[in-house]
Amino acid sequence: MSEITLVEAVNLALAHELAADPSVLVLGEDVGVNGGVFRATAGLLERFGKERVIDTPLAEGLIAGMSVGLAAQGLKPVAEIQFMGFLYPAIDQLVNHASRLRNRTRSRLTCPLVLRVPCGAGIHAPEHHSESTESMLAHIPGLRVVVPSSPARAYGLLLAAIRDPDPVVFLEPTRLYRLGKENVRDDGVALPLDTCFVLRDGTDVTLVTYGAAVRETLAVADTLAGQGIGAEVIDVATLAPLDMATILESVEKTGRCVVVHEAARNVGVGAEIAARLADEGLLTLHAPVKRVTGYDTVVPLAKLEKEYLPQPARIEAAVRELLEAA
Amino acid sequence: VHCTRYLDPDGRPLAELPDFARNARGLVPLYRAMALTRQFDQRAVALQRTGRLGTYPSSYGQEASEVAIGAAMAPDDVLLGTYRETGAMLVRGVEMREILLYWGGDERGMAYSGPQAPRQDFPISVPIATHAPQAIGVAYAFKLRKEPRAAVCVLGDGASSKGDFYEALNAAGVWQLPVVFVIVNNQWAISVPRETQSRAATLAQKAIAAGIDGEQVDGNDAIAVYDRLSAALAKAKRGEGPHLLEALTYRLSDHTTADDARRYRSELEVERRRALDPLPRLKAFLERAGVWSEADEDKLRADHAARIDAAVDAYLATPPPAPSAMFEHLFATLPAALEAQRVVLAEGDAQ
Repeated sequence: MSEITLVEAVNLALAHELAADPSVLVLGEDVGVNGGVFRATAGLLERFGKERVIDTPLAEGLIAGMSVGLAAQGLKPVAEIQFMGFLYPAIDQLVNHASRLRNRTRSRLTCPLVLRVPCGAGIHAPEHHSESTESMLAHIPGLRVVVPSSPARAYGLLLAAIRDPDPVVFLEPTRLYRLGKENVRDDGVALPLDTCFVLRDGTDVTLVTYGAAVRETLAVADTLAGQGIGAEVIDVATLAPLDMATILESVEKTGRCVVVHEAARNVGVGAEIAARLADEGLLTLHAPVKRVTGYDTVVPLAKLEKEYLPQPARIEAAVRELLEAA
Repeated sequence: VHCTRYLDPDGRPLAELPDFARNARGLVPLYRAMALTRQFDQRAVALQRTGRLGTYPSSYGQEASEVAIGAAMAPDDVLLGTYRETGAMLVRGVEMREILLYWGGDERGMAYSGPQAPRQDFPISVPIATHAPQAIGVAYAFKLRKEPRAAVCVLGDGASSKGDFYEALNAAGVWQLPVVFVIVNNQWAISVPRETQSRAATLAQKAIAAGIDGEQVDGNDAIAVYDRLSAALAKAKRGEGPHLLEALTYRLSDHTTADDARRYRSELEVERRRALDPLPRLKAFLERAGVWSEADEDKLRADHAARIDAAVDAYLATPPPAPSAMFEHLFATLPAALEAQRVVLAEGDAQ
């Protein structure tokens, strides 16, 4: 067991699966010789060879479509899209093929691919390198969308994603890549998909979040604890299919809910959670469901990205509003 | 860019025939499959016109290319095609009943469950050219596993304008993959003619930019398509790289049963092209060679009619899937989150 960063945990999981399963391949732009622009695939080419760690031509539609072909042939491609801003040519393959190959062939052909996509703001990157458009993906039936929020969860969830018999988009918050370390045992033990993680227990309010925003949300829970307010923190982890059971159970206990994500609010994951709470948990609520999110604007360039991201003060203010309401 | 043609429009050899065509009797199966494709197409269109099938894309006029593609492929090669590959699919063992199920609106049509079915072939690709990068993945898998197999990606002339096609062609060249792209150039992408797709003199020459071999073939000459595709497949399986084949043909039908081609092309043009129909061409060749007669033709039509009748009956007798079947193949195991929605439909199933 050693203390590693989230990007090192991704690398560890990739290496584990490449070693354990000869059908696993890694492909993408700069993933081979260069080891990935974030170094997520560093050292894999040297260990597993260029047939299995594949530098592709610069074409995202090709990377996704090729992965569909590999997966249908029984291989397990783990493809990297360099940044979420460059994902969109690949969405054609996700919507029209990867997510429905099993369905449209009645399981004759299947599509066990993983598309790893660095996402989110907060690292002072150039334009088109800071988006969080996960709700577009979560809307696609037949597709799993997973977002880790710590090194240990990145390791365990990526193992699960690679072993899953269906397509998974694995979103890696770039802001967390090197922000903090955690003990991760390279034991090949996967974490469950389709399940929220309750990171902290509390009885006064439920804070539902995922990805990089987990960090600020946990910090707010700490602050609130110092003031005698118990905040339960839930990491959604798998955005689709959504484990509402865990969220409903928590809100039944707390009666209050704030959803926090850095993606824009409009038609975001928070909207789905709020709607489901209204539908299935209304009578347990003491106050309206609040959302603290990125604004419904284009993600600003570096100078304003801090203002765009949900900061602890905004999260805390939302909680106070709920506590004062009821 | 070279263009291969063996038979003139009257079915007379223009050049020395390739080895496989020396014995004319060996070409009879190609002709039979072309005739079956046309007869099946006619029935499918009739079913659509009488409200018993959904929108259907006929391959009338393209049967030589389609059948030759199916015939040149080995059973363990993988076909990735468009919605107009009925001829190739029939030759590869997809059942007529399943093709009708699919166009009738039933996912089970792409299950390819028949005893001779090409289980690894991709389902019909409706979006244009998106199956081209998938063919790269399939061919990469063959190369990785050192299997002597090839992927065959069939596209239309319109598809050659799309980025997916260029991306795939380019990658095939980079990795020297066992994949053959066949552009079945039927001159029309719905209403848009070939000259509006590209200023390039041929579509086959697009291979040059990818550093791979490209050539044209008379797509209404089954001997030519079979010959050139067989050569390309053999080359690919020897590890000598990918190939682009442009088959020049003409769509004598509307784009689909939802289209009316009279809106965008003249009857005169269609008449001129009808004179190049691939079926009479091969039939005339076989008749002159003394291996085909009107009696054979009559018997063939009757045989095919009986087979098609049986397939249509089986199709029409297939009950629709239960409503909850839409959840059955969404994931390997249905996630708990979707169970409540499935149950609502399953309750409907029971009623």
